[in-house]
Amino acid sequence: MPAEISKGPAAPGCEKVDPIVVVDKVTRQFGGLKAVDVEHVEIPRGMITALIGPNGAGKTTFFNLLTGFDKPDTGSWTFEGKDLAGLPSHKVARLGMVRTFQLTKSLNIMTVMENMRLGAQHQRGEGFWASVFKPLWKSQEIAITDQAAELLVRFKLDAKRDDYAGELSGGQRKLLEMARALMAKPKLVMLDEPMAGVNPALTQSLLEHIKDLKKDGTTVLFVEHDMHMVRNISDWVIVMAEGKIVAEGPPNKVMKDQAVIDAYLGAHADTDLGTVAIKTIKAGK
Amino acid sequence: MDFIGILGLTIGELFSPFTIAYVLCAMGLAMHFGFTGLLNFGQAAFAGLGAYGFSISVLSFGLDWWAAALVGILSAVAFAFVLGIPTLRLRSDYLAIVTIAAAQALYFALSASDFADLTGGSSGLHGFAESFYAMNPIPEGRYTFIVTEMSERGVFISIIGWVLVILVSIFLTALTKSPWGRVLKGIREDEDAVRSLGKSVFAYKMQSLIIGGVIAAVGGMIFILAPEYNSPGTWVTNFTFMIWTVLLLGGAATVLGPVVGGMSFFALLMLTEGVMTGLVDLGVLPFLNISQVAQIRYLLVGLALMLLVIYKPQGFLGNKKETLINAR
Repeated sequence: MPAEISKGPAAPGCEKVDPIVVVDKVTRQFGGLKAVDVEHVEIPRGMITALIGPNGAGKTTFFNLLTGFDKPDTGSWTFEGKDLAGLPSHKVARLGMVRTFQLTKSLNIMTVMENMRLGAQHQRGEGFWASVFKPLWKSQEIAITDQAAELLVRFKLDAKRDDYAGELSGGQRKLLEMARALMAKPKLVMLDEPMAGVNPALTQSLLEHIKDLKKDGTTVLFVEHDMHMVRNISDWVIVMAEGKIVAEGPPNKVMKDQAVIDAYLGAHADTDLGTVAIKTIKAGK
Repeated sequence: MDFIGILGLTIGELFSPFTIAYVLCAMGLAMHFGFTGLLNFGQAAFAGLGAYGFSISVLSFGLDWWAAALVGILSAVAFAFVLGIPTLRLRSDYLAIVTIAAAQALYFALSASDFADLTGGSSGLHGFAESFYAMNPIPEGRYTFIVTEMSERGVFISIIGWVLVILVSIFLTALTKSPWGRVLKGIREDEDAVRSLGKSVFAYKMQSLIIGGVIAAVGGMIFILAPEYNSPGTWVTNFTFMIWTVLLLGGAATVLGPVVGGMSFFALLMLTEGVMTGLVDLGVLPFLNISQVAQIRYLLVGLALMLLVIYKPQGFLGNKKETLINAR
């Protein structure tokens, strides 16, 4: 399995056989703090990649940089060979790289169905002049509604389709946000903590949804703290600490990595985990 | 007390061209605030630009009424760009600050004596309505509508105004019920979510600012065509806040809210004035004189508004459920 994903042995910044995203020298500084300092990293196409790391490791900032929600101080990155540096966030999304947020952004005073419809791309009725003439977009609207209804069934939200998104529970909103991102038919979907706040009973079905995405050929990159989930569904794991990529590899191997064990199992509970991780990497490998 | 007279004035106020002008401006503001979440506190400037664009084009450049109306509309579009380009990428409160300042700056420019050749300075402009009323098919005379008496020009501008209100309502309904309107509502709820779904938030906000501004410009033209007089003193912050009142009274995220809000607000204003003046005449309110009534009724309206915001925050036509979600 790992041989199929990476070209050489798994190491931080290793080359992939078929990368969908290639990141080079991306840095982002907040005052004196270098939140992200990624030398080189590649995301494998058609795989489920987990991005893990202790709190404050720069995972969400890295997400923001890649999707155009924040601008890096230096560096470049490509998506399917296209240079994304400097591209505004909505254009990144249009290329097929769609994200969700750690703090759920459901559109509260819109119904669940309206939230879903908004996710669809290339809508004729979203043009100003075309919007006034319903016959121009009616058929597309029906197709979008069917697609949305199907997704809502998969995410067990179909009974809520006419409720306001603001009336849903936190976990349901998380599901709605993910389903809405899928309406855009993304090539790469980036999920920022998809499991946070989701009822354990739903977790299992959510895992299945993510596996289904892979079957449909969608690449998944997700940030998660739930190690069970990471081990269960990911093909590849990238570990960040203090803004840097400190470890990479298939989940069972990375989980045994001393740096990761230290970071997550608290071998050095009192010390700064990021520093420990880097030191361990430097010393151990 | 002359009840019939008071009732006549109140009914007249329901349908007067001034009410129509406020209704149109409030409809534009509904587009901005209700449907997109743009905090525009310079609606008076959009209306004023429509009014001055029209009257200056006629008086200084000799344009026909329709070309002058086009100039008024284009002035509002240009103003929307000037306000929007620097601020729409920023948080919504920046637009609020810039609009209120720009509207104030425009008021000072319009009333300044430096441009008096063009704008008439503080004394304003008149004599611009002739080419507009030249197409009035209604024969000269006095017409009675229920109990209010109007000239043929008054009847004509009222009809044009209400036709415009109907057309704008249809247009706004089509827009807001379309996928385009859905993107706007998404922006109102959370810009970043809409961005993450591949929509150019800036372009949509700009379109909304332009549409709402153009509707206000048309309202401004109706406002000056009725009395055939354009005074810079009209286009002040007061005007903007009257529009906000009309909008919130009717319901911010509704198309017909401004119509209901505008009609009820001005009718109520007229009714309270009439009744209080009558009561003062009868000596029932010995602590008031006639000239104080005009001030007191605004206090009463303010009180009514406070009660409305507390007990019916969604306005007359708004959806109660929506306000409850926001309060969570």
